[in-house]
Amino acid sequence: MSILINKDTRVICQGITGKVGMFHTKGCLEYGTQMVGGVTPGKGGTTVEGLPVFDTVAEAVEQTGCDATMIFVPPAFTADAILEAVDAGLKTVIAITEGVPALDMVYVYEVVKRTGVNLVGPNCPGVITPEECKIGIMPGYIHKKGPVGVMSRSGTLTYEAVWQLSNLGLGQSTCVGLGGDPIVGTSFIDLFKMYQADDDTEAILMMGEIGGTAEEEAAAFVKQHVTKPVAAFIAGRTAPPGKRMGHAGAIISGGKGTATEKVAALEDAGIEVANGPADMGAALQRAMKRGR
Amino acid sequence: MKVHEYQAKQILRDAGVAVPEGIVAKTPADAAAAFDKLGGSIAVVKAQIHAGGRGKGTLKEHPDQRGVQLVRSREEAEQVAARLIGNTLVTIQTGPEGKVVNQVLVEAGCNIARELYLGIVLDRSAAKPVVMASSEGGVEIEKVAEETPELIFKEHFTPDRGLDDFQVRKLCSKLNLAGASVSSAMRFMKGLCRVYSELDCSMAEINPLVVTADGELMALDAKISFDDNAIFRHPQLKELRDRTEEDPYELRAGDAGLSYVKLEGNIGCLVNGAGLAMSTMDLIKLHGGEPANFLDVGGGANVQQVTEAFRILLDDKNVKAVLVNIFGGIMRCTTIANALLEAYKSVGFNVPLVVRLEGTEVEQGRKIIADSDVDIITAEGLTDAAKKVVAAATGATA
Repeated sequence: MSILINKDTRVICQGITGKVGMFHTKGCLEYGTQMVGGVTPGKGGTTVEGLPVFDTVAEAVEQTGCDATMIFVPPAFTADAILEAVDAGLKTVIAITEGVPALDMVYVYEVVKRTGVNLVGPNCPGVITPEECKIGIMPGYIHKKGPVGVMSRSGTLTYEAVWQLSNLGLGQSTCVGLGGDPIVGTSFIDLFKMYQADDDTEAILMMGEIGGTAEEEAAAFVKQHVTKPVAAFIAGRTAPPGKRMGHAGAIISGGKGTATEKVAALEDAGIEVANGPADMGAALQRAMKRGR
Repeated sequence: MKVHEYQAKQILRDAGVAVPEGIVAKTPADAAAAFDKLGGSIAVVKAQIHAGGRGKGTLKEHPDQRGVQLVRSREEAEQVAARLIGNTLVTIQTGPEGKVVNQVLVEAGCNIARELYLGIVLDRSAAKPVVMASSEGGVEIEKVAEETPELIFKEHFTPDRGLDDFQVRKLCSKLNLAGASVSSAMRFMKGLCRVYSELDCSMAEINPLVVTADGELMALDAKISFDDNAIFRHPQLKELRDRTEEDPYELRAGDAGLSYVKLEGNIGCLVNGAGLAMSTMDLIKLHGGEPANFLDVGGGANVQQVTEAFRILLDDKNVKAVLVNIFGGIMRCTTIANALLEAYKSVGFNVPLVVRLEGTEVEQGRKIIADSDVDIITAEGLTDAAKKVVAAATGATA
């Protein structure tokens, strides 16, 4: 198994004729992902990397039987691209694009929740099920097939964690980058549900960061519903209040969203918390040893 | 993007949201003329800076002068404006360095019966904007949230619809607004939602929202910030940006497509990705060092960006060593290695540089650095990198 995507997933790229879309379509193909086509309005009938390009997602679904999409269209058109994918019946939508206006996501979020579509992102590195399917921009070679489910709001921090795990001989079932925007399609809790239900996932590693309350909510969920070992890391322990650290949400305001509060909530839920960023892989190892 | 109070109020006025009459003045003479033009027996002179707490803040140059003052004559308006303009206001939000006041808002006084709070932000958990209202106006809302959360009332809305009538009525009932104030609240709250949605705000805060003696609601103060990702839809807003209010280094970084926040330590950091950048700061601290900054070069940094990043880092005279931590995904290690060498040479490095590379094309990237003639300390893994840069910074201090 695995979650969200696997070797049978048939993937298109929306924005495939753009420079970035093209580059990463190639990267996914090289990794072994079943890329089956792409969509760029007005470019239908052409090909990219030998893949057929369509004007609409509906056509792409009809012609290729795809069930997932990777979105690289510019920020101004991302909401529309997600809605088009949902309308065409795709069940897994992975939006990589950075810089999407926050309010565009309010309606998109409503639609994906109503239709039961799994939207990951926007502003995320994507999803990878090692040795089966990569949809996104992560370097494939650092991943190894195995029992650990990995999730994070941040791209390169996920790579770092995966690298540590792989070096410890701990492979991954599926790794998901949630995205750093205020509203993203998939939350930590959504993924905890999926990992808990997935037979291939034996333990879960979560990388959170300061700001907001997503980590506290996830901890409460784990306490009640997750029986698998969980380890976590919170980035930004040393960040001063009132300063936004890159991601829209990474700001401590009014004394809320501090690392101390988050770590306390995680530990209270029986989650093994990493002592520092170099300790993420080892923390997961300790969590597995300890069990729940 | 933040704007000044007077700009926020103009936006509200244009949208039919009640604000006091006011005139912005850049000189004391203008302030006196504004007092006359407003025509009342009292007015309020308010320093315009991008920070809250102005009413309690004081001037560095005149410790007895506050950032907001009631005046009763044109002479007094002129005098207060003369003290404020060109001087530095220190408030709870500016930090000890304060901010220079370049202009004041001269506003007609109004007859205040009650002070409330009204704000709109995006509620991440609910994935919707939320109106927050409180009977505790005029104080910091974070403080209310901490001490008396039961006095904050919330209603969510969708951008295309705004608040429904019943939601306004619910808020009015909680805030003890009745009679004429309810119809005034309908106009005010719905208008504020419309501004928030139509202009892609990230925050719109009215504190205090006053109820006048006639029962009308009016924005005595207004703070609006806009979603940077949506500014492309509202080109008119770009004109409202006041670059003099922004940190010069953060401004330079922003212009180069970098995300930079200055901190107090002595170890400069250059990292790709916000999460890894924060983690790198944590790691430095864990090993006994102090980060001098947060700097995210983003996913596809080029030579120009890395060069500018180094220049910004080295302009900070506290910096005694620099750590570059790159986990290549989209960004190839070879690209960053070449960029590092070029930037290193053109910037003229005068402190130790520790580099940790991992990810796409890492072997070739490391070789490029090893084969070069520049003096770079290479590190393997996070811990090694942190230890080396902390040692280098301490050595340089000693």
